[in-house]
Amino acid sequence: MKQGVSSTGHHEESAEQRDYVKGLVLAFVLTVASFSVVWFKLLTGPAALILLGILALVQCAAQIRYFLHVDGRSHRDDLLLILFTSLIVLIIVGGTIWILWNQHARMM
Amino acid sequence: MKLYQRLHPGVNLGPTDPESHEEAEEKIFGFWIFLMSDLVLFSVLFATYAAMSIQGVAQGPSPKDIFDLSPVFLETMVLLASSFTFGLAILELKYRKNQRRLALWLTLTGLLGALFVGLELNDYRILLAEHGAAPQTSGFLSAYYLLTGTHALHVSVAIIWLIVLAVQLATLGPVGPVKLRLMRLALFWHMLDIIWIGIFTFVYLYGVVL
Repeated sequence: MKQGVSSTGHHEESAEQRDYVKGLVLAFVLTVASFSVVWFKLLTGPAALILLGILALVQCAAQIRYFLHVDGRSHRDDLLLILFTSLIVLIIVGGTIWILWNQHARMM
Repeated sequence: MKLYQRLHPGVNLGPTDPESHEEAEEKIFGFWIFLMSDLVLFSVLFATYAAMSIQGVAQGPSPKDIFDLSPVFLETMVLLASSFTFGLAILELKYRKNQRRLALWLTLTGLLGALFVGLELNDYRILLAEHGAAPQTSGFLSAYYLLTGTHALHVSVAIIWLIVLAVQLATLGPVGPVKLRLMRLALFWHMLDIIWIGIFTFVYLYGVVL
């Protein structure tokens, strides 16, 4: 047993290591999937865009869960902060794209 | 419930260092506020890019003409690997006092980060030399260089930050404050990897598919 690390500590350590490995494997598989869709032209047009968007979203979620360790056990304040920021990001990105596309369409 | 049992996002020191864990609660929360404001900054750049890459091509090349996916795939793998090695470094820091292994993981992380920035600079060189795609060519290219450049700048700053902390580790040893600084840098690093998912999907893959 290593300096002062209890058996529960050791158990927790291997669990945390597994989390990083899970994150790495998931991210790797999802990245390869994304690039394969484009490289091998598995899908084209809007269907490809939707699938790529979903793959990116899933990979973000996987990395947030396994690398940043944000999960249900986290502190409430932190979760609220992250959720609130996600809302702001959605409004900014969605709003910008909506308004600029509309403007573009009217200028054609 | 004891204070060191209250969890925060990121690796928790917990019972391995209860004193630093209690201090971490406030500091990590503060750092998360910074991370989230940084995320908002990137979301603005993404939104600009989304509009510009379609409507701002002008007389210049379109995304499809200039993007090469192979180096992007390599960059993605390098950054992902660096995120993983940083995670292992933090676990090394948390559970053991083995300085050499910690130094090894941190060095590897720094080198992978530097390789990533190098590959991106090489992409820029190819864009400029072979495609004549300078930032001032079109709105699309301005937005492209701004978004990817801001990300590359973040990674570069993180590497300098990593070197500073490595020096602190070597001189001060793995004391509480240095541990907390490394944990915050790890969060920053993972966050940059997540932003890169957005870049390789919405800039490069979308650019080639559209």
